[in-house]
Amino acid sequence: MRPVLLIDFGSTFTKVTAVDLEAERILGRSSAFTTADSDIGRGLNLALDRLADKTGDLVYESRLACSSAAGGLRVMVSGLVPELTAEAARLAALGAGAKICRVFSHQLTRCDLTEIEENPPDIFLLTGGTDGGNRQCITSNAERLASLTSRFPIIFAGNRSALDDCERLLADFPLTVCPNVMPCFGELRIEPVQKEIRRLFLERIVSARGLSRTRELLSGILMPTPSAILSAVTLLAGGTKEEPGIGDLIAVDVGGATTDVYSVGQGEPDDAGIIFKGLEEPYAKRTVEGDIGVRYSIQGIIDEVGPDRLACEADLETGRLVQLVSHLTAQPFLLPEDQGEELRRLDHTLAASAVDVATRRHAGVLSRVYTPMGPAWLQKGKNLRQMERIILTGGSLIYSTRPLELARQALYSDRHPESLRPYRAQALLDQDYILSAMGVLAEREPGIALRIMKKELTPLGVCHRRQDQEEANGSA
Amino acid sequence: MEQENGKRLVIGVIGADVHAVGIRILEFAFRQAGFQVTNLGVMVSQEEFIGAALETGADAIVVSSLYGHGELDCRGLRDKCDEAGLEGILLYVGGNIVVGKQDFNDVEKRFHEMGFDRVFPPGTTPEQAIECLNKDLGVG
Repeated sequence: MRPVLLIDFGSTFTKVTAVDLEAERILGRSSAFTTADSDIGRGLNLALDRLADKTGDLVYESRLACSSAAGGLRVMVSGLVPELTAEAARLAALGAGAKICRVFSHQLTRCDLTEIEENPPDIFLLTGGTDGGNRQCITSNAERLASLTSRFPIIFAGNRSALDDCERLLADFPLTVCPNVMPCFGELRIEPVQKEIRRLFLERIVSARGLSRTRELLSGILMPTPSAILSAVTLLAGGTKEEPGIGDLIAVDVGGATTDVYSVGQGEPDDAGIIFKGLEEPYAKRTVEGDIGVRYSIQGIIDEVGPDRLACEADLETGRLVQLVSHLTAQPFLLPEDQGEELRRLDHTLAASAVDVATRRHAGVLSRVYTPMGPAWLQKGKNLRQMERIILTGGSLIYSTRPLELARQALYSDRHPESLRPYRAQALLDQDYILSAMGVLAEREPGIALRIMKKELTPLGVCHRRQDQEEANGSA
Repeated sequence: MEQENGKRLVIGVIGADVHAVGIRILEFAFRQAGFQVTNLGVMVSQEEFIGAALETGADAIVVSSLYGHGELDCRGLRDKCDEAGLEGILLYVGGNIVVGKQDFNDVEKRFHEMGFDRVFPPGTTPEQAIECLNKDLGVG
């Protein structure tokens, strides 16, 4: 037996998973409340005691961890044009598992600077201009950042012609330099920045967050949790050199405060008649919806869907829905299974809407344009129509009694035909919460992580696109 | 190929026009002449031209239009450039830019009034455009 311990420091729970590398199976898992305020190690020890009750005492050959505790990794990005370098920078930081607290475009204003000064980020990602292109914007932003009193890590990933000036201006910041996120127009190069963000996370951020005391317990790898999940699903989709993956996929993680969507695949137009517009899409893409969640962010779901439709889908009176929502918002730790039938219905509807809204924001959009030569189609964003697998993770999906129905909400719908979501997909459930752990393990043992995921993710069956007819009939 | 001249062009076919071949030929010819070219392809909106010109620090925007609706598509491009901070950027347009048989002098005048620095009639060779670019950008 070769036991390895995988730890996920969440903002609410610290989850631990013991894996036997030799048998390629999960030995056991458990969790405890995260104790971020004092010493994060206490929550960890409690979780480990509980784990030991299940697995017996184990001597771990290594301990690997990911963390989203203490507010996650706060990143601010700046670029020139909002849809171009600023967007490229945003995509880069999201894929590295960051929590994006601000996206600036064009020149930083005094007001922006005050905001940065008052609440400095863990990392500032400075971009703007293609290589050899505009250098005035990034240079002036560097100059403005230098006028601040706080000194935070800055990653330069903009026009390389502006590098010398920026290096000089930012001499007393911890500055690292990466290739341009948009080296030439429309081309995205975000992996080097993502690697750098993860390195900085490990080196600097962790020690500032009370994680350092546990660090000697760990064997080195520590990454932001969303980044671990993105690694895991990327591995699962693409496989390793020796072993194929399961193919292009999307994954949805509905939490209490936010909903994350991941997609792995090229996402190019699937028809010769479709013209792609805008920035290239990342092969492994993550988006996070800060206003969509089933506890702290219910209001965002209501704003998006509308209380009447939500009530109708949950088979409740609108007045009753509002009542129940305030009940849930006041007590975010309520679990649906302890509650009455009404609340369970509401919880299901909330989760379904979260999946629907978040995947719609993640997916690309097709629009029809009329030209003198006949109609033409324009695609903006990533095309998920041909992706044939969907993975559900996160508490509200894992513990759902009707997960296949929830998976279906991520698919193409006649209500939003412009949204490029999958036509049909096989749904897989991350029942034992292993994705983040496997993402961490993938850094060391990709082959084993891949095989464990293939074995442990529970197939739920195939779901199909949603047609007008049945939606009108009200069958969810 | 000529040596690179350090000048940057953003080119594309404006509006709902899907003529994909000519713009590739222009891209090739401009590159051969030493320009750095960002080719936005077909169905390019004014906003795309401007975004690309900003990020790449372009010296000129070269707009192609072959389907007769150029006048509608190009209107306001100069104003938007000014708004975006691209004051004084060189604007060219060429192709079949208007509908029907019109006196080209009238057409040229209208496009000049819209803020285009050069207006090219159908049948212009890439060499003619390159010659103008070299002159206007002070190359060579």
